[in-house]
Amino acid sequence: MNILELLGRINPVAASGSVVVLVGLWGVLARPNLFKIAIAFSIMETGVNLVILSVGYIRGRTAPILDSAADAETAVRTMTDPVPQALVLTAIVIGLAVTALMLSYVVRLKTAGGCSSVEAHGDEKW
Amino acid sequence: MMRKVLVVLAVLGFALALLPLAYEAGVAGKPGDLASAYLDRSPKDFAAANVVTAIVVSYRGFDTLGEVAVLFAATAGVGALLTRKRMGPSATGGKRTESTEILRTAAGLLTGLLVMFGAYIFLHGHLTPGGGFQGGVVIATAVLLNLLAAPRSHLAHGAVTVVESLSGAVYVALGLLGIYLARGFLDPRALPIGKIGALASAGTIPLIYSVIGLKVGAELSAILDALKGDRE
Repeated sequence: MNILELLGRINPVAASGSVVVLVGLWGVLARPNLFKIAIAFSIMETGVNLVILSVGYIRGRTAPILDSAADAETAVRTMTDPVPQALVLTAIVIGLAVTALMLSYVVRLKTAGGCSSVEAHGDEKW
Repeated sequence: MMRKVLVVLAVLGFALALLPLAYEAGVAGKPGDLASAYLDRSPKDFAAANVVTAIVVSYRGFDTLGEVAVLFAATAGVGALLTRKRMGPSATGGKRTESTEILRTAAGLLTGLLVMFGAYIFLHGHLTPGGGFQGGVVIATAVLLNLLAAPRSHLAHGAVTVVESLSGAVYVALGLLGIYLARGFLDPRALPIGKIGALASAGTIPLIYSVIGLKVGAELSAILDALKGDRE
């Protein structure tokens, strides 16, 4: 098996989602700025959502919505997996709420202590 | 130094864990048993054209009720953290730039359209891609546009609270209606399910998604207003 064939078998959505997850993980672990950590969590969430969505995708099938192209009888044979899509819908909303809460904690810390770096707040990190 | 090595190790380990997914995601030839059952039964059970909506609002409806509760808790947290009293005088003393004529005019023209589009999205959640959460976010963008156009203005707090609590109460009431008129909590068959593709179909699903849309719109608007940081 040559390398081109190996690359061709990669699912592009899952691969790009994995890269986004890794970028977010690096941001969470390595950046000292609290704002950037909050945004890195948000980036990581986006990557996780992409990976979950790509797991439910089935090549050649349509979105799980009934219309003239796919009626109730043929739905099982022509549609992609709807469960990951429902899970990601939930995850996006919760992610938004968590990001807003994280950012407001950071804003409070900044107005109270005057610094947005983790190291300035004692031994919280490493 | 130690820290950098550990970070690199953690990222590499995660990459290794994700590598099989990049190869195996989406190679399944057909959906799993649970997904097949949803695809097969949601048109028959609820006459909902959008299977994802049927899963979110009825099969996994209890989960969505919890999700709305989490969103409410986060909104309450943001609102409690970012008041003018807690932020101190320094946060509110800053000079605010007035918005331009272009932004003010555009905000006036677009607000009605955006709210209407948001309502369209959540009313058609059982027929087309979209639903309460997406429609609520579109309504919140209309509020954001107006906050940008008039930076000194504030959201009518009483009105937001009324919309939010009423829609939450209606959501639970529709769920309880399912117990009395159908087979269980949040069962959409409390109303006639109608014919697939009609606006008045899928039982209580469009009603539930509409109150979710109003609730999410009100909560996100409250978050946006709180993030300005000058609320009393």
